Amino acid sequence: MLRIQQYQKVKSLAEAYELLQKNKNNQIIAGMLWLKMEDRTIPVGIDLSDLDLDKIIEDEKSFVIGANVTLRQLEVHQKLNLWTHDVMKDAIKDIVGVQFRNLATIGGSVFSRFGFSDILCALMCLKCEIVLYHGGKMDIVDFVNSDFQRDIITHIIIYKDHDKRCFICHRNSATDISALNLSVWQRGDEYLITVGARPQKAKQYSITGNNNEEIANKLKAQVECSGNMRASKEYREALSYGLCLKALNKIGEQ
Amino acid sequence: MKINIRVNGKMISDDVACDMLLLDFLRYHGFYSVKRGCETSNCGLCTVWLDNKPILSCSMLCAKCDGHEITTLEGLKKDAEAFAYFMANEGAEQCGFCSPGLIMNVLAMEKELQHPTEEMIKNYLAGNLCRCTGYMGQLRAITKYLNRHQGGKNEADQ
Repeated sequence: MLRIQQYQKVKSLAEAYELLQKNKNNQIIAGMLWLKMEDRTIPVGIDLSDLDLDKIIEDEKSFVIGANVTLRQLEVHQKLNLWTHDVMKDAIKDIVGVQFRNLATIGGSVFSRFGFSDILCALMCLKCEIVLYHGGKMDIVDFVNSDFQRDIITHIIIYKDHDKRCFICHRNSATDISALNLSVWQRGDEYLITVGARPQKAKQYSITGNNNEEIANKLKAQVECSGNMRASKEYREALSYGLCLKALNKIGEQ
Repeated sequence: MKINIRVNGKMISDDVACDMLLLDFLRYHGFYSVKRGCETSNCGLCTVWLDNKPILSCSMLCAKCDGHEITTLEGLKKDAEAFAYFMANEGAEQCGFCSPGLIMNVLAMEKELQHPTEEMIKNYLAGNLCRCTGYMGQLRAITKYLNRHQGGKNEADQ
């Protein structure tokens, strides 16, 4: 059961950061969907709702997404999905239900670096940066591979480009956590293939090849998976081959 | 902590615990259509609207709703009754336990989506679980409800 002793709607990021440093158990309250499943006591729950972080702002070069933007906002944002070949929409649309996605925030999803995360796998096939209040800007792949810091994600920046990309996943049943996530970003001759829900956190592989089958085979040989209640190691490795072929075919149609 | 939440148009002021869930707050104030189901954010039974968007009240702190507007099934009586006619007509209910959450989400979908296809309906309602019906009766009822103004007389008025 989650217990919160004090609840603070902060007026600035500086106030939120100061509260976060005061006690290692103080916690930013985002969508709270996973947090509420924990059995712990939070001395101060920090609410960023009043900081205007719930907007998606488009400019010439990028989309600047506030940390409090919900997954549903991203799913239905037509321009963002147009620029990203529906990557965000495809990664979000199978996450539980609309009510869940109206609560879950992009900041909470990214900061936690969940092993099963659809969002991280999708963001890693985009030219994307994370903005931390104290740590500044960081490439998404570096962020995923970094240790946890007591910092605050304020924004996520997705840069516009004309590269081809797609996100694909396999679920044992609708609305379940993915057995495997896979995204492909074609950058010239190089394919940046990210595999998520391995079930460890998403990992990116850089692969080149003469045809789709060769690339999928190379991925299957390199991918590091393990087994859990959703799928065995061998099943995930076989899935990585199949999903990779499917994704490459999809990219070929873009 | 002191909070002010407008529920179904009526302002409620209360002194609540920081970790009180919206679900418990609403039931404490007599909105018994809001039910506790899975408590793992999966079943959709506790669906209410926060500023006209469907959310899960089992996963929302009432402290976070301070200054916002909540709608429960009690506040949508007329629309709910109109939809209930189609549910009954299609034999779409068995135990009926999931109906409040389903109705809240169907009415939210009606406001949000224009002429949804069957696939869009299924996607929108994927977060509302029913352990009795197999969903087919519900799907027929929802489709007929959404099309009720097409093809002449409103079936619910007959």
